[in-house]
Formats: sequence, C-alpha cells, structure tokens
Amino acid sequence: MAKLIIPTPLRKFTENQSALESNGSTVIEAMQDLANEYPNLKKHIFDDHGKIRNFIRIYLGNDDIQSLQNENTPVADDSVISIIPAIAGGTNN
Amino acid sequence: MSETTFSKEELERYSRHLIIPEFNIEGQRKLKEAKVLIVGTGGLGAPLLLYLTAAGVGNIGIVDFDVVDDSNLQRQVLFTVDDVGKPKVEVAKKRLQALNPHINFTTYNTRLTSENALDIIKDYDLVADGTDNFPTRYLVNDACVLSNKPNVYASIFRFEGQVSVFNYTDQEGITGPNYRDLFPTPPPPGLVPSCAEGGVIGVLPGIIGSLQANEVLKVITGVGEPLSGRLFLFDALSFETRVLKLHKSQDSSSITELIDYEQFCGIGEETGEKYKVKEVTVKDLEQLQIKGEDFQLIDVREPYEYEIANMGGELIPLGYIEEEVNKIPSDKQVVIHCRSGVRSAQAIERLEKKYGFTNLYNLKGGILAWADEVDTSLAKY
Repeated sequence: MAKLIIPTPLRKFTENQSALESNGSTVIEAMQDLANEYPNLKKHIFDDHGKIRNFIRIYLGNDDIQSLQNENTPVADDSVISIIPAIAGGTNN
Repeated sequence: MSETTFSKEELERYSRHLIIPEFNIEGQRKLKEAKVLIVGTGGLGAPLLLYLTAAGVGNIGIVDFDVVDDSNLQRQVLFTVDDVGKPKVEVAKKRLQALNPHINFTTYNTRLTSENALDIIKDYDLVADGTDNFPTRYLVNDACVLSNKPNVYASIFRFEGQVSVFNYTDQEGITGPNYRDLFPTPPPPGLVPSCAEGGVIGVLPGIIGSLQANEVLKVITGVGEPLSGRLFLFDALSFETRVLKLHKSQDSSSITELIDYEQFCGIGEETGEKYKVKEVTVKDLEQLQIKGEDFQLIDVREPYEYEIANMGGELIPLGYIEEEVNKIPSDKQVVIHCRSGVRSAQAIERLEKKYGFTNLYNLKGGILAWADEVDTSLAKY
C-alpha cells in the first residue's frame, strides 16, 4: 500500500494523522481511496467534476505527477504520495 | 567604474565571510552593492532582516503597513514590549541600524498594492516575500515576473514551512518557475484555514526565515545553487524535510499586468449579500444581561479558544452544531457568538435553513468586540 503524506491544513480531516496508507494502482485511485475513508477531505482535494483541485499539488516521491502521467501515474507499494497545499501564513484574521 | 570598497571597520565586521574561499571579498562586495526588498516584517521578516543586515546587504527596503502588536512578540524577534503600537517599519529600521550602521534602509509604511508594487520593486534587484496572505503572495509573484526580479519565497503554517526561489534567471538566461507554476490559482476562502485554524509555532519562522535569508545571500553572490525549480518543505513536528522538483507549468507571459488580488482570491465575495442573519451588538447583549432577560448565549468556537477567553456561553463548536442541535432552545432569544462573528453567522445560517430556527441572533464582532467595548479584562487573540 502506498504511503500518503497529509499536510498540516488537511490533518483535521484525517483525525490528525500525518501519514496514511492508501489502496489504488494509480494516483487518482489512491486519492479516491483516501477521500472515501475520510469524506470531509473530499471537497478539499477534488473539484465538482472529480478532478484534483489546482491549489494543491500531488507529488509521487519528489516528482510532480504533472511531470509523470498526471492522475494516472502508477503507484507502487513503496510509493510515497504527498499532497502539497498552498499555505500563506499563520494569521488568524 | 569605481569599485566598491570597505572601511577597516567593515572588513573586520565581515571577516568571517572574507575568509571563506568561495565567498571572500567578491561575495561581500556583491552583498554591499545589492538592493533587496523585504515585503512583510512579521515572523519571516524578522530573521530575514536581522541576518541580511548582519551579513552586509548594502541596501534594504522594508515594506509593511502594520504596527507592532502584543501578539507579534511570540515570534517576531525584531520587536520588544516598548515597540507595541509603533509602525513596524520604523521600529525595524531603528533596530537594524543599531545592528549595522553600514546599511542603507528605505522604509515603506504602506500596504503593497497593485498600484504601488511595480514602482517600489523597480529599485531593487531581488524581493523576499515574507507576507502572510494569498492576495499579497500573488501580487509579489506577478510583480516580480513583470519586473524580471527573483522572488525568494517562504511560507509557514502551524508547524510546516515552504521555501523556494521563484522567477530566478540562471547564467544561461533561463528563468525558473514562479509561484503560479506551483499554484496557478489560490484556494477559495472557504477552503483555507479559518480563524479557528490559524496559528504558527513561534520558532518556525525563525527556521524558515533563516533558510530564506540564506537563499537571498546565494542569489546575490552566485555562490552555491539557489533553490530555483525546487520546493523545500519542513515539518517541525516530524522533523522531516523534503525537496521537491518544480516545473514551469504555464507560460509566464500569461502574466501581463497586476490585477485585483483580493478579488482573484475571492475575498470580499463571501461577505456580500449571500445570506443575512439577525444581529445584536455587544452593547445590546450587555443590556440583555443587565435587565436579566431570559436568553441563551452559545459559543461556537473551539475548546482551546474558550480556554483563552470566554463570555460564559455554552460551548458548542461549529463542527458539532447539528449534532448538538437539541441543546439550542427555539422558544427564547438565542445569541450566538464566535471570535469575530463569521463562524457564528455560518452556524445561524445552517440552523435556520435546516432546522427552521427564527430566534437566533449573531453577536456582531464576536468576543473581540465584547473585549473591546464591554469587558476589557478579556484577552484578545
């Protein structure tokens, strides 16, 4: 099972877990598996058409999936998938 | 062309740079000749400014519109208690000049805007972005792309930091990715951390801002490999660091002018005519209490916020409002509050639409307004 690294802003939807295991043979399947497990995460990752939102980036290892086969990039058991969010600062205003 | 020279005092001050073989007096000369603009004198700006000043960056511009606040002192190590209430740029300049009198400082006690950004940036070789909000981040990025200046970027949130060097043109004349290549569009306001979910551990900007300062020195001197085309990530909780590859994903010529970045980030849209809730002011609430009226006060913040300050309301965090709907009476006036009034309005909208409540009132300005106008002993956060 591939490892998924959850960034700080999304951890409130994963019971504060920073890393999870996910099933799926492609990146999109792994992300869908994650969203099924944690439904509140879904709207933060997928848009209304089921596409990965463009204010988060998905990496497989150190590579942006856009430079690989995008959402259809194959995932191996030892793959590490990272969700990279846009963060702006810790302001509370 | 006259070559930049150093006084005896400067040579002694910078001697630890001068004896690094690949840095030496050439590197120091480049620092002295450099013009660097720092946008934001907050958590990131503090280490950036301190280290760049100490290192001998000759000309430093400082942009910030804000004044020093008590809540800054947990991480903004440029400032002291005596500085609270004073303009940040002025305090910073005074402190930094005391640190290194050989530096020329220019201060801009203003918000960086689409109207002034290009004019301010044009006088500098490089911009370091230490801001704390999405509109200014896109503004700094686009202004740097339009002005052909590198943008040394860092961003922090809670325990997590990001660093990169955007829009950097290498010796072959090839320009690397910019912020929009990483994030073409900003997250809409509803999907970014709200006021309940902000915060940053005080040391983190010290770590990340110092790395940012190091990248500024590398870009200026040409020593080492700038973090262009790469994104550095740091998780202070797990102590994991990663360096990810960045690619140019769009043609930067698509940035042709500065736009309205508040609108671009969707700010202001949410507070429009979307849904109106009934409101009471903190003075109204005070009168209800004085007159002994029968009403209920509900606090929809998080328990850790309640610990900081509370008004004695019943705590039902926004996320549990529907689960706990039975605790909310429908036969008397109910005043709902949060920190500033946004979450409580969301709670009321949900309760009215889904459960048909007609007796709910939003406390205008939340507990912050209460602390300002009624109970000044309460801590604001």
